[in-house]
Amino acid sequence: MKVVREFLLLLGPKWRSTRRRGAGARGRAGRVLLLLGVGAAAWPFVYFTLVRFLHALRGVEDVGPLLAARLLALGLLIFLGILLLSNVIAALSSFFLARDLPAIRSTPVDGLSLYLARLSETLVSSSWMVALLLVPALAAYGRAYGVGPGFALVAIAGVVPFLVIPAAVGGALTLLLVRVFPARRSRDILAVIGLGSAALLVLVLRVLRPERLVNPESYRNLVDFLEALRGPTSTWLPSQWTADALIGALEGRFDPLTWLLLWTTAAGVTTLGAMLHQRLYAICFTRAQEGDENRLTRTAGWKGLEWFLTPLGIRRRELILKDVRSFFRDPTQWSQLIILAVLVVVYVYNMRALPVRAGTTISGYLTTLVLFLNLALTGFVLAAIAARFVFPAFSLEGRTLWLLRSSPVPASEILASKFWTGAVPLTGMALMLTIMTNFVLGVPRALFLLSLGSILCLSLAFTAQALAWGVFYPEFESENAAQIPTSVGGLLFMLGALGSLGFVVVAQGWALRGYLTSGLPGRAPRLATLEEIGLAFGITLGVALLTGVPAMKAAEQRIRIGARD
Amino acid sequence: MIELEALTKRYGDFLAVDRVSLTIGAGRIFGLLGPNGAGKTTTLRMIAGILEPDGGQVRIGGHDMAGEPMAARAVLGFVPDRPFVYEKLTGAELLRFTAGLHGISGPSLERRIDELLELWDLLPWRDQLVESYSHGMRQKLILSSALVHGPDVLVIDEPMVGLDPRSARLLKSLLRTYADRGGTVLVSTHTLELAEVLCDELAVMDRGRVAASGSLTDLRRAAETKDAGLEEIFLKITRGAADSEITAVLGNLA
Repeated sequence: MKVVREFLLLLGPKWRSTRRRGAGARGRAGRVLLLLGVGAAAWPFVYFTLVRFLHALRGVEDVGPLLAARLLALGLLIFLGILLLSNVIAALSSFFLARDLPAIRSTPVDGLSLYLARLSETLVSSSWMVALLLVPALAAYGRAYGVGPGFALVAIAGVVPFLVIPAAVGGALTLLLVRVFPARRSRDILAVIGLGSAALLVLVLRVLRPERLVNPESYRNLVDFLEALRGPTSTWLPSQWTADALIGALEGRFDPLTWLLLWTTAAGVTTLGAMLHQRLYAICFTRAQEGDENRLTRTAGWKGLEWFLTPLGIRRRELILKDVRSFFRDPTQWSQLIILAVLVVVYVYNMRALPVRAGTTISGYLTTLVLFLNLALTGFVLAAIAARFVFPAFSLEGRTLWLLRSSPVPASEILASKFWTGAVPLTGMALMLTIMTNFVLGVPRALFLLSLGSILCLSLAFTAQALAWGVFYPEFESENAAQIPTSVGGLLFMLGALGSLGFVVVAQGWALRGYLTSGLPGRAPRLATLEEIGLAFGITLGVALLTGVPAMKAAEQRIRIGARD
Repeated sequence: MIELEALTKRYGDFLAVDRVSLTIGAGRIFGLLGPNGAGKTTTLRMIAGILEPDGGQVRIGGHDMAGEPMAARAVLGFVPDRPFVYEKLTGAELLRFTAGLHGISGPSLERRIDELLELWDLLPWRDQLVESYSHGMRQKLILSSALVHGPDVLVIDEPMVGLDPRSARLLKSLLRTYADRGGTVLVSTHTLELAEVLCDELAVMDRGRVAASGSLTDLRRAAETKDAGLEEIFLKITRGAADSEITAVLGNLA
């Protein structure tokens, strides 16, 4: 009873702070409406796309249902990886680095209450996005399999342990990592996590080879192909148990063993985590408080960067240097770059696996369609990266903003330095990604240049938009940079960025409609004209200017008048 | 020189600073006193250009903070009440950054950084990340960052927070020397002993207003006391709790 009372008491401040932050100056009603708006836009999209796809799949005899089950297992496997990684990072923050821990540790709170409260925090902050995405996805499965609303309860019963397991495992892993590393070496811990995840992702891709599923010719015969589909992604992973349990329920079967496995594992890892916590937490917490060896020297790299930035003037150089240093010395920031690099490699690898390169099975016409898909996907990746790394830029100034505001630095200069600190790496990565994928696809030169120009415009516009939304919706109190993009402002940015991206893709399709339809049966294929390319680029440039420039102006104004708050 | 003219600030319906007017001349150390919530920090943050006032004017070294903010901030060194700085910079990098915001760089800056760090015994910590500094070390680092560009005016909110006795004494003599060389110092403090020995002039704020200002003699006159210490004057002006009330509260707690 004491544990439950303390557990609720410990969660109270977080719950109230979250509610009050949400209520904020702009009102709770506004936030609720906004979230409903986001849900209204995203959920139907996921739901209807998946329903359509699953209906089409289930129409294919023998293979269809197997593919649907495999799709769920694969999706859950990817979610499991994401959950494990984000739980480890969140646990580091909630169990060891949170500002309220010294005060809580000085009170006679039971260790189990603290463990359960921090585990719940870790779970919620790491899993809410996955949980939200699973709602329309599982609803679509329910609809496609024609089951009633009762499936919602079954889905909850399947998803809850699926979320609890990576949280408990992540918490325990973090505890062991802090135990192994001799001091406050979160830098090293996160490097290990990042590299470990990267290796895991590469391994999973190499072992599963998902591209083979869309290329049945790579199997010796149909029996092999069906066997590959029937086989589980891995018998030992909770994602497979959840998928089996849910597919069983959808097909009207009840497999008690799968459910038992799922729930007992969740209970087991939580209990083991609690025991580990009881045994190791005190010593690990003490170690986490010890100072790291933080002596730093001006290496040749930093000196080179200082020299490189000198033409920008002293003020801008120092502002950019400060941001770059803070970024690379904060493991919660740079460790995610490793994951990002792996995702980029996987993306290019997948492009290579597509059978659409010039001179292969499908004509250049399909290459053009893939080019559009590539623009949309690269744009989406760019928006996500801008949300993660550019949107928090202003929030991270937080409590140190007094230094900038009491110095003779105009708001435009602060904003410009943050813009270029974000825009240069983002644009560089976007151009690299586009060049690599276009090269792999064998795209004609004119379209190659159009996609390069488009992605350049989009990355600059997204940087400006992310920065501006970050200025209007700062999260100064956030303890973890990775959590800042999950705020209302982050969601608004993503909506705006994806809206402008959608507009660009559709408008480019319209501008190139003559060329696109020339590849249809019965027409003479031709290359895109210079006018068509020019019009498509003009529209993209216009969208970038119309969304980026006013955003920057508004943000500058906001920083200037922000001093009134 | 710092000139405040009818400076006013509201937070919603709450009037935090109510038409405060003060003039602090060059070569003077001015102490701003007052109970918690009196409006001292808000006043100082408006002087530093961090908050915009709802009414009135701030002039630093003759530059209007609203009309010429960059010129006014260029001659100002500010130390906030809480020493929040960039955790991921080293001490030397932070000072280089602050100087950079004022457009200063080069070998002479490096010498100045070393001098300031030496002064506060921070030289061994020069290349350590600020996140490993103690509270007092951060305070010393922020004091250094306020001085690194050689300002004409120093505005310090609670200067002694976290400082050990040696550093506190060093700061007192540093501020005295700074003022004797023509600098203007405005400090907000709850340490009445410090205000009594260090400040040439004082103002007591209460509920957003200047309740009394001038030399210690002027304040004694305002409080209608003879030979009283600053603590007694302060309590009288701000209607502080009497000893009997304090004893009663402590009795309930025991």
